[in-house]
Amino acid sequence: MKPYHYQRARDIPGAVAALAEQPNGKYLAGGTNLVDLMKLEIMTPDMLVDVRRLTSDRIEETEDGGVRIGAAVTNSDLAADRTIRSCYPVLSQALVSGASGQLRNLATTGGNLLQRTRCVYFYDTTTPCNKREPGSGCSAIDGHNKDHAILGASERCVATHPSDMAVAMTALEAFVNVHGPDGERRIPIEELHRPPGDEPERDTTLEHGELITAVDLPPLAFASNSKYRKVRERASYAFALVSVAAALDVEDGTVRDVRLALGGVAHKPWRATKAEEALRGEQANEANFRAAADIELEDAEPLRDNAFKVPLARNIITRALLELSEER
Amino acid sequence: MSTATRVPGRAIGAPLDRIDGPQKVTGTAPYAYEHHVGYPLYLYPLQSDIVRGRVAQIDASAAEALPGVILVITHENAPRLADTSDKELAILQSDEVAFRGQYVGAVVAETFEIARHAAQIIKISYDEKAHDVALRADRDDLYTPDRVSGGFPTDTEEGDFDEAFSSAAVKLDETYATPMEHNNPMEPHTTVAVWEGGDLTLYESTQGPHRVKAKVAPIFGLDPSRVRVVAPYVGGGFGSKGLPHANTILAALAARKVEGRPVKFALTRQQMFSCVGYRTPTIQRIRLGADEDGRLTAISHEVVEQTAKIKEFAEQTAIATRMMYATGSRRTTHRLAALDVPVPSWMRAPGECPGMYALEAAMDEMAIKCNLDPVEFRIRNEPEIDALTGLPYSSRNLVACLREGARRFGWEDRDPIPCVWREGRWLVGTGVASATYPVGRQPGSRVRIRCEGDGRYAVEIGAADIGTGTWTALTQISADALDVGVEVIDLKIGDTNVPFASVAGNSSGITSWGSTIFEAARAFREQHGQDPSEGDEVEAGMPENPETDNYAMHAFGAYFVEARVDADTGEVRIPRMTGVFAVGNIINPKTARSQFIGGMTMGLGMALHEESLVDPRFGHVVNHDFAEYHIPTNADVGEMDIVWIEEEDPYVNPMGSKGIGEIGIVGSSAAIANAVYHASGIRVRDLPITPDKLVQ
Amino acid sequence: MNEEEIMLRVDCEEHRIIVDTRTTLLDALRERLGNTSPKKGCDHGQCGACTVLLDGRRANSCLALAVAHDGAEIVTAEALAENGDLHPMQRSFIEHDGYQCGYCTPGQIVSAVGMLDEVEAGWPSHVTGDVSAEKISLSDAEIRERMSGNLCRCGAYANIVPAIREVADERARR
Repeated sequence: MKPYHYQRARDIPGAVAALAEQPNGKYLAGGTNLVDLMKLEIMTPDMLVDVRRLTSDRIEETEDGGVRIGAAVTNSDLAADRTIRSCYPVLSQALVSGASGQLRNLATTGGNLLQRTRCVYFYDTTTPCNKREPGSGCSAIDGHNKDHAILGASERCVATHPSDMAVAMTALEAFVNVHGPDGERRIPIEELHRPPGDEPERDTTLEHGELITAVDLPPLAFASNSKYRKVRERASYAFALVSVAAALDVEDGTVRDVRLALGGVAHKPWRATKAEEALRGEQANEANFRAAADIELEDAEPLRDNAFKVPLARNIITRALLELSEER
Repeated sequence: MSTATRVPGRAIGAPLDRIDGPQKVTGTAPYAYEHHVGYPLYLYPLQSDIVRGRVAQIDASAAEALPGVILVITHENAPRLADTSDKELAILQSDEVAFRGQYVGAVVAETFEIARHAAQIIKISYDEKAHDVALRADRDDLYTPDRVSGGFPTDTEEGDFDEAFSSAAVKLDETYATPMEHNNPMEPHTTVAVWEGGDLTLYESTQGPHRVKAKVAPIFGLDPSRVRVVAPYVGGGFGSKGLPHANTILAALAARKVEGRPVKFALTRQQMFSCVGYRTPTIQRIRLGADEDGRLTAISHEVVEQTAKIKEFAEQTAIATRMMYATGSRRTTHRLAALDVPVPSWMRAPGECPGMYALEAAMDEMAIKCNLDPVEFRIRNEPEIDALTGLPYSSRNLVACLREGARRFGWEDRDPIPCVWREGRWLVGTGVASATYPVGRQPGSRVRIRCEGDGRYAVEIGAADIGTGTWTALTQISADALDVGVEVIDLKIGDTNVPFASVAGNSSGITSWGSTIFEAARAFREQHGQDPSEGDEVEAGMPENPETDNYAMHAFGAYFVEARVDADTGEVRIPRMTGVFAVGNIINPKTARSQFIGGMTMGLGMALHEESLVDPRFGHVVNHDFAEYHIPTNADVGEMDIVWIEEEDPYVNPMGSKGIGEIGIVGSSAAIANAVYHASGIRVRDLPITPDKLVQ
Repeated sequence: MNEEEIMLRVDCEEHRIIVDTRTTLLDALRERLGNTSPKKGCDHGQCGACTVLLDGRRANSCLALAVAHDGAEIVTAEALAENGDLHPMQRSFIEHDGYQCGYCTPGQIVSAVGMLDEVEAGWPSHVTGDVSAEKISLSDAEIRERMSGNLCRCGAYANIVPAIREVADERARR
C-alpha cells in the first residue's frame, strides 16, 4: 500500500472541498473494497478523506412515500430495515446474498455502489488491464472469462460489475444523490454506472470529488412483490455468475408492470428494458416469461468461457417471474 | 487439560476433548508468526513476473530510499548457499528464472507496511524466453519417470490387458480430468528466522520440524545441531507444509544479512498459489472390461500429469487402481510433461485422491453398462489378496463398509435410472464410491520418556499437530503405553529440541509415533519398573514391524451421497453424505470424526469448487485468492453421517490403528460426481462440477 | 511517513498508539498490541479468520484501517473468556470438536457470538424464506449461511454447526 494522508472532515462540504484540492484523493467509507485494492496497489490514492461518519446512517421515509437511504447506512442495517424488508424485499435479499455477515457490517450503501470489478486480471497488477492501466490491453477477452460480460461490453473491457445491491436498486429505479464541487445533483441509478466503451477505467459517471450522500427509492407499490435470485459457484460468500432482480405486478393473469435487472452480465447492473416491454400487457405465464428473457438476451455476445450465462440468465428470469406470479 | 477419569489401559478409544482446546478457542496458541521475538523485521518477497528467462536489471533505488527499509536482497547480494542441489530451494543464487512467481529477491523493513510497499515499487526488467506451461495428453514430449512419488513403480502390467479388453463383453473407455488445486491451509506458510552466533532458529509452520531441520542445515552449510525448528501449533497443511519450500530459505537468507534481528515472513494468500506446492492437474484415461456377469477382466489406468522442469515430482496417481479390485488383467502407467511451472507437491492423499476419483467415477459408469447396482458391482469385484504384493490383507473390510453404508443411507430402494427423481425444481440423485488408503509408516522416529516425579511422565517426540489432534492422541497413547492416566502425561512435540519424528503426512503419524511411544514405554518399564524415580529416562527408536512382510495393510471406506441439482441453474447442493470406514482401532473418536468430515468436506470442494486457473500466456494462477479460488463454505456442507466398523487388526501396529488423515478425501469427490449424474443425467468428467457444466 | 495517534479499547483495555495510516486494525492488534487472537488468513476480507467484534458487531479487522477506527471498542476471542472461564461458545466448540488446526477458530467463535446477536435482532439472511418475517427461526441452514463468512479449510463445519446450535438453544431457553 502506498503511503497516503488520512483526513477527516467536519462536514460534507468540507470533505468535498478537501478532495477537490487533491486530484489523487479518494473518499473512504467502509473500506471493504478500497482497502483491499490499496493493499494490492491497484488503487494508489495519496489522500483518503474519511466520510464514514459524515453522511447519514439513517433510513427515512420521504414525502412522496419512498425511502431515502443515507450513504453511510451499512449493508447489514439496510438489509434488516423493516420498511425495506416489507416494501422492497428484492433489495433486502440482494444485500444478504452478497459478501458475508462481517463484511456487510462494515460496508456502506455508497461504497457498495462504487465497488470495482472482480475481474481476475484487474486484480493482478502483473497482467495487462485497460481498466487498471488504460491502454495496456484487456487480458480477459482472450483469457479466463467465465465471470465476464455477455452484454454491453467493448473490445477494451469485458468486466462485470460485482454489486448485488446495485442490481436491486436498478430494478427499483433508485436515484443517487451526490454532493460535488459544483453542488448537488440527483442521478438516476441507471446513469451512475457506465458501459466500458473506450474508457473502461471509468466505472461511473461521477466526477472527481463527487460524494454519494444518499440513495432514494421512489415509491413502487408492486415492489412488495419482488425478489432477488443469485447464482454463484458455491452456496454462499461468492460473487454472482448471474443474478436477477425482479418485481412483478399481475392483475387477472396479465402483466400490468414489471421490473427486471441482471447482475453478473455487464459492466453495469443491466436493466432488462426489452424484456420488460415485451411483457407489459401480456399473459403472466412461463412461455411469455421465457420469450421475454430471450428477447433481452438476443444481443448477448458470449466469450470463450461464458456462453452458459445466456441460458442461465434466461432460466432465472423465467423462474423468478414465475415464482412472483405464483406467490401472489 | 481434560481430566477424564482413567480406566486402566483405556485411554485409547476415549473421546477426549483436545488438550490444546482452551488455547485454540481463545486464540492464544502460538502459531509460527506469533512467537515473541525481540525487534523483528518484516520480509516481503519479490517474485518474477515472467515465466522463463533472466533477471536483467533491478532498480531498487526508490525502495531503498524509503525510511524503514533495511535491506533489499536479490541474487546480486544474497549469501551463497552451501548446497544448491535442490533447485526449488536454491533461490537467489543466479539470475535465472524458471517459473512465474519464483522468488527473485525480497525487501526487509521495520514494518510489514513498509516492506510491502517497497517491494511494490522495485522495478525489475527481464530477458524473457519463450515458455510452456500447458498440460495436454497429446503432447509429444511426455516422458516416463523412473519411479513415481513414494518409490512406486511407474508402470505395472498384470496379465494381457489388450487381449482381455478387446474380448471383453462389456467395455468402458473414458477420460477423466482433475484440475490444478492448491492446499491453502488457513495459516499461510510462515517462517520467523533468527540467526544468533551462527545458530539458526526457525519458528516455522510445518508438518515436520525435523525434516525442515534436516533439509535446511546443509543448504546453509550448518551442522544440524546448529538448527532448531519450533512448531508447536500449525494452522493446517494438507501436504504443502510437509517439506520446506523456498519461502523458508528466503527468510533464513535474508535474516543472515541482518544478523541479530529476527525476520518474519508470512505469505500472503495470493503468494500461496506460487511457491508452496500444489496438486498436479491430471488427465486419466480409464478402460474397463467385464464379462457378462459384471466381473472385471481388464483394467487400465493411464495417467498424464505435470512436473516442473527444475525438479521432478511424479504423483502416484494410479497406485490405488493396482489393488482396489479383482481383475483378470491390469495396466497402470504414469507419463509426465515437464513444464515451466512451480514444483507440484503433496496435497491430501496425493495419488489416491485424484486417481480414485477417476477409477470410482468409471466404476459407476461401468456398473450401469453391466446393468448392476454400483454397490453390488463393487462387491462382485472384491479381490481375495493384494494384487500388488501378492500378500493377504491384514484386514480388508470394504464390503462391510459398502453394506453398512447402504443400510444407513437407505440405498436399497434406489431407482437406478437417472434424472427421474424430482422435488420441485431440484433434480435429486444418489451416488456411491469406495475409498482406500495405505497404512502409512515412516522410519526413524524416536521417543524420550522421563519420570518427572509425583507420578508424572514427560513424553517427548518432535512430531507436529497440524489440526489432526496429535497433542491429544499421543497423550492417550502414552497413557496406555505407560499404563497411567492421561492427566499425568506431559507431552512435548513440535520442536527439534526433542527427539526425531517423521513428518505428519502419508497418514503415517500415529502408526510411526505411536509405535515408538509403545516401544519407549516398554523399555522404560523394563529399565525403571513401575515405580521410577524422578529423572529416570529412556529413549527408544521405532521398532520394525515384521508383519509388513506378511500382510498388505490398507484402510478402506465407502461414501454414500445425496446430490441436488437445480434444474434451472445447474447449482449443486449436497444435503447429506454418509462415510463408513474400516480403519482398525480409533484412538480418539472425537478427533477421528473430525478427520473424516474434514477429508470429505475437502472432497466436496474438489468435486464442486476447486480449480486453479493457469493462464498459459502469463504462466501463473490467475484466480489466486479466496474470493476466486473457491473452497467450501459452511453453507455448502450438509449432514455428515460418519461411522466406523469394528475392525481388529493385530498386525498394523501396537494400537491396532490405521491412519485416517487422508482416506476421507479419497473417492468422496467421485461419490458426489456419481450422485450428480444420477440426479441430472449429465456425466461431468472434468472436475470441478460447476453450474456452467450443467445448465441447459 | 503518514502517522496518526489513535486510541483503541481492546478487550476492555485502553491503548494509545501512533500508527502508520496504512495499518489495519488486524495488524495493529497483532503487531502493535501483541494480541494475536484474530488471525491473518487472507488479509482481504475473503476468509473471516480476522473477525473481531468492532463496536459490538462482527467485522473483518483486515479491511478496517486502524486510523479510521479511532476510539473503537474491540473484542477478540481472547477476551470472550472471562477470569479464566471460557465463554459458552468456546466450551461448545471444544465439546463438539468444532475445529482442527485452530487457525480460523477465534474468528469463527467471535463471528458466532456476533451472529447470535444479529439473529436476536431479527436480521434476515440469504436463506430466510420470508425476509419480512418478524422473527428468525434459527435452523441449521440459517446457521450455515450466517457462518459462511468464516472459511475453515480443515472442514470442521459439520461440527461447528452443532456447537453453535447448542449455545443458541441454551440462550433461547434463558
